[in-house]
Amino acid sequence: MRFLPHTEDDIRAMLDVVGVGSVDDLLATVPEELRSRAGLSLPPGLSEQEVRSRLDAMAARNNTGATHAFLGAGAYPHFVPAVVDQILQRAEFYSAYTPYQPEVSQGTLQAIFEFQSLTAMLFGMEVANASMYDGASATAEAVLMAHRMAAKRPRVVLSRALHPQYREVVRTYCAGAGSVELTEAPFDPAGRTDLDSLGASIDDRTAAVVVGYPNFFGVVEDLGRLAALAHDRGALLITATQEALSLALLQPPGHYGADIAVAEGQSLGVPLSYGGPGVGLFATRNAFVRSMPGRLVGEATDGAGRRGYVLTLATREQHIRREKATSNICTNHGLVALAVTVYLSMLGKSGLRDLAATNTARAHQTATRLTAGGRWRLGFEAPFFNEFVLRGAGAGAAWAGARGRGVLAGVLLGQWYPELSDALLLCVTEMHSSAAIDDLTAALG
Amino acid sequence: MTTPGKQAGLLLDEPLIFERSRAGRSGVAVPAAAADAVEFLPAELLRPPIEGFPEVSEPEVLRHFLRLSQWNYGTATTFYPLGSCTMKYNPVVNELVARLPGFADLHPLVPDDAAQGALALMWELEGMLADVSGMTAVSLQPAAGAQGELAGMKMIRAYHADRGRPRKKVLIPASAHGTNPASAALCGYSAVQVQGNRIGLIEADAVRRAMDDDVAALMITNPNTLGLFEREIVQVAAAVHDRGGLVYLDGANLNALLGVARPAHMGADVLQFNLHKTFSTPHGGGGPGAGPIGAADTLEPYLPTPRLVRRGDRFAWSDDFPRSIGRVRSFHGNFGMLIRAYAYILAMGGDGLAAATRMAVLAANYIRKRLGGAYHLTYPDTCMHECVFSDRGLEPHGVKTLDIAKRLLDYGFYAPTIYFPLVVSGAIMIEPTETESKETLDEFVDAMLTIAREARETPLVLQEAPTRTPVSRLDEARAARHPVLRWKA
Repeated sequence: MRFLPHTEDDIRAMLDVVGVGSVDDLLATVPEELRSRAGLSLPPGLSEQEVRSRLDAMAARNNTGATHAFLGAGAYPHFVPAVVDQILQRAEFYSAYTPYQPEVSQGTLQAIFEFQSLTAMLFGMEVANASMYDGASATAEAVLMAHRMAAKRPRVVLSRALHPQYREVVRTYCAGAGSVELTEAPFDPAGRTDLDSLGASIDDRTAAVVVGYPNFFGVVEDLGRLAALAHDRGALLITATQEALSLALLQPPGHYGADIAVAEGQSLGVPLSYGGPGVGLFATRNAFVRSMPGRLVGEATDGAGRRGYVLTLATREQHIRREKATSNICTNHGLVALAVTVYLSMLGKSGLRDLAATNTARAHQTATRLTAGGRWRLGFEAPFFNEFVLRGAGAGAAWAGARGRGVLAGVLLGQWYPELSDALLLCVTEMHSSAAIDDLTAALG
Repeated sequence: MTTPGKQAGLLLDEPLIFERSRAGRSGVAVPAAAADAVEFLPAELLRPPIEGFPEVSEPEVLRHFLRLSQWNYGTATTFYPLGSCTMKYNPVVNELVARLPGFADLHPLVPDDAAQGALALMWELEGMLADVSGMTAVSLQPAAGAQGELAGMKMIRAYHADRGRPRKKVLIPASAHGTNPASAALCGYSAVQVQGNRIGLIEADAVRRAMDDDVAALMITNPNTLGLFEREIVQVAAAVHDRGGLVYLDGANLNALLGVARPAHMGADVLQFNLHKTFSTPHGGGGPGAGPIGAADTLEPYLPTPRLVRRGDRFAWSDDFPRSIGRVRSFHGNFGMLIRAYAYILAMGGDGLAAATRMAVLAANYIRKRLGGAYHLTYPDTCMHECVFSDRGLEPHGVKTLDIAKRLLDYGFYAPTIYFPLVVSGAIMIEPTETESKETLDEFVDAMLTIAREARETPLVLQEAPTRTPVSRLDEARAARHPVLRWKA
């Protein structure tokens, strides 16, 4: 086996040192009743060439290149500069682990410190952690954090315009976790969280309100008024962003006074990869940092006065605090956070904003074209970033017809929102060529 | 930028990316927008360019991160005997296949018929993990071992709730990972500690005494974190089941079990697989890993949704599992990591996996035997895939486990896991894995023996280590007292 270096001579020499006759002797502590039933039925191993051709064939069975896919809804096609993957393929980064020994992990640690800094700036927040698994679980962790901080307030209100999968994950995380009571607030005809209904549902038993920013429909919520509504009654505002690129252009959650801001960072230099791995971005106020879940890197100095970075404030974490930890999360999504760090460094101050503006312009121009013929109308009138809802009779048939012409015309919203059974959610980014947009327009008629 | 003389040889100084910024530089040329965003969005919604964001050219970005990479030890560069983490070799071909456009560019919401290659891979991987573990069904959704644990405990809670009462307590051995009590707490359970016996094992009698009708589950790691196989595991599980409880088997140490024993036969109702440990996916400096879970018949209905189903020769996602705990994350799991694990299992085959376990056990025992004279062995018996030493006996020399770890860095090795498990004071937990050659193990042993000698003869050398690294010991206490968690413009 090519990954195992041991020759027969090595094995014999090692057994001699250990003082046993065979490896089986070392397994004598395993009861015979277990050993006798342990044989694996997997086939024999393959050469590297065989592995390659097997995987090539499987990848080819995914129909990715044959269609124009105008799919967003929580995962976004964006161009990734070559430098990003070059860095990710550095085995010094990918074959290291948790930086317990900072003196020989400064690469990982400094990169995470840069990631935390970039994340905090992107959100306009004071402090960010070293990342979570994804946007959905980061949202759930934010809900649990808010609930912990407001011990006497059991209720959390989720906007129905928040990504349906994020809401589902919040429900899973909250099931049996203390006494979180989840309720939902409807959205208004403009596609925003309904402020009147929300206002009526926040009371002195409400710990937090969670909204998408932009929300599942691509719509930019009125965070200023949402923050005021929540804060007036002593509740926290949590924002969850599924398309992180939007924060390069839109006023960030921190600008409006959000208390916890989370996002899925996949848009920032991470391939779609069928939805994983992504990376959860998580930021909050300095005052809340000791209630925050997840890993943190901080600046430190060595005996010679040199600057370096270390894992810090670990007493919040499971390996120290065990059942009293702020979360059970044991690691972060380090390598994906590195991708985000390299990507943001590449695009930088102007490139990122220009790209976000390009996305906005192309999506709006596409929406205008699609609605020009009268067959379709915009589902919601509120401002949107790079995703929008299209409504028209027979949306399902139209989607299927477009598919027949090699176009994936977004996703049908009826699968999550019965009242939107005539609606499509479409996404347009820098990856969609003019020709692809022409095809989409033609396919949807 | 740099202090003269500070940058020497391969000890390259490298500032923060923000300190490399110069106004007006960029690493990309973004196609100009056909129009300005303000044409489409109200001006009050728009932010100015982000103050403090980097402004760096492409070559400088590349150099910055390449230099950072050179400050890291990793398994690809050196021996990394981090106990409980299974730092085995990450096959390079796995990196390549995970990047095939058919996988990397696949959107998670394409119709199932456009993702049959991905679904077939996941279906086969579920089957492989089921074979290795003996479990009835597998969900690949959880993003990490800890999230798999959380999902498994949610399933246990749902199972008991369906029977009228979720119960209140979870039994956890004192030697367990911190994630176990943390996961139990997140499911509303209080953790009750079970002590091991004098040779580090959990006895069925102790479990029987601790069991009552309020205990929802036992969470047990096998082999345990001392590297010892829980010999009474079958009786222990029976003791839990007899009172209506369930067994969560922590699969962190599955690398010791391939072809040796199946968790299902031990009485596990649910376990997590850490694909970044046993199945070679990269640890990434701390993620992303993947933490699929396997369930026995008892808990199969509660697995997270959506679940993969087979209809003839086609695969599809189904939410039609009314007793499921629901989702624990978006989409379908850390698919990129699943590809790597699948490729690894194909390469190894059943025989290769069994050989890997045997070599991992042999390597750990070799180290145990060779270092046993120089360092205190808490449990001198045969171990499985890792062994635990301690700094006991070095107190008169003023040398602690931390000093030993730091000195190892000077000798070019990453340090073992230290101060864990908590049941061993000053623990040094060594897991060599099967992919390290005898020469490497010998070099490591020689370094450890040298350090043991230094501890007695020149302890100051240990206390001042490391000195051959980009920075020496950092003041972690001060960093925690005055946290600086970000750069500010």
